[in-house]
Amino acid sequence: MALRTEHELHARRRSRNLGLLVVLIGFAALVFALSVVKVSTGGGAALEGYDHQVRPSLLPRDEGVEIAPSDDPVAAPGTPAADAGARAEP
Amino acid sequence: MTTYQAQGEAEFGDYVALLKPRVMSLVVFTAFVGLVVAPGGMHPLVAFCAVLFIAIGGGASGALNMWYDADIDAVMRRTRARPIPAGRVSGAEALGLGLALSGLSVMMLGLAANWFAAGFLAFTIFFYAVVYTMWLKRSTPQNIVIGGAAGAFPPMIGWACATGGISLESLLMFALIFFWTPPHFWALALFMKEDYHEAGVPMLTVTHGRDVTRRHIFAYTLVLAPFAIWLGLTPVGGPVYLGVAVALNALFIWRGWQVMRRSDAQSNADGHRAEKSFFKLSLYYLFAHFAALLVQHWVAA
Repeated sequence: MALRTEHELHARRRSRNLGLLVVLIGFAALVFALSVVKVSTGGGAALEGYDHQVRPSLLPRDEGVEIAPSDDPVAAPGTPAADAGARAEP
Repeated sequence: MTTYQAQGEAEFGDYVALLKPRVMSLVVFTAFVGLVVAPGGMHPLVAFCAVLFIAIGGGASGALNMWYDADIDAVMRRTRARPIPAGRVSGAEALGLGLALSGLSVMMLGLAANWFAAGFLAFTIFFYAVVYTMWLKRSTPQNIVIGGAAGAFPPMIGWACATGGISLESLLMFALIFFWTPPHFWALALFMKEDYHEAGVPMLTVTHGRDVTRRHIFAYTLVLAPFAIWLGLTPVGGPVYLGVAVALNALFIWRGWQVMRRSDAQSNADGHRAEKSFFKLSLYYLFAHFAALLVQHWVAA
């Protein structure tokens, strides 16, 4: 029976192990919750980047390049712009 | 009880004690206030994580401090029961815990908030563990004056988490704690003199005498007051904060004056009553200022 007697030392060891368990589970939960918040509040870029494809809308703009409407736009056939006289072929 | 009980079979609480939970509570509170009163909202969970990792970073520097100062702690009565001098945790364990938690807290603060705040936290840990603990504490009676900066950084880190930078308001919150620290600790040293003597830590009371320390305490209450009031005139201040600040600074200066006017004979005769009550007041002083900032923020909102 003496072998089964629990020493005070075992109680200390258990307190350490349980403490570490709680800390690790808590940390994992925290990182998960933080990830959820970061993804859902990170703006469009975080959500649009899901498919690992290059998306021109997400690329940063080049320095010094002005983006302005074309002087000679191309319109799809049948659209109001094509009816108004814009060229239909590129 | 038994011979092998002392062989470093620590319980969980001993590791928590390494992080200096009482110092941590001050860090949590001031960092929280710095974060909340800063302009620009944060998601509550992100704010919670930021304060938590600032606290863990503070705790890590506490563990590094206990690792390095185990020899001093073993001599001083107030610190003799800490885990390392008591033999429950080994020095190497404390060092490992301190380094690991430092790295973890800085990394997680960077991911949760921003990398400016994370760099600031890393600097604070370095400042407390290396500049204060390893260098200044044992070499100069100005140790707590400069070392107090480490305790004054948390509200600035909290502010940096929300804004990504530094501003006048966050510098004034720093000044509030920075100039508060010396009178706070010197009052403690006035009624715990024997301890620092035995450990050979060059406290002002040991190197320049107790009368000089009394004059320094009063002088710092005078330096502190303008910064406390100035904070009330910035965008984070207002009538609530200013009312608290004016009343408390007047009281603090008055009590500092009383401490300065006493001789050691008077002090010994009544068991250091004025010094102990000044020390207690200093705790309320700091808590009330930051609580007032918080209330002011909610009133204005």
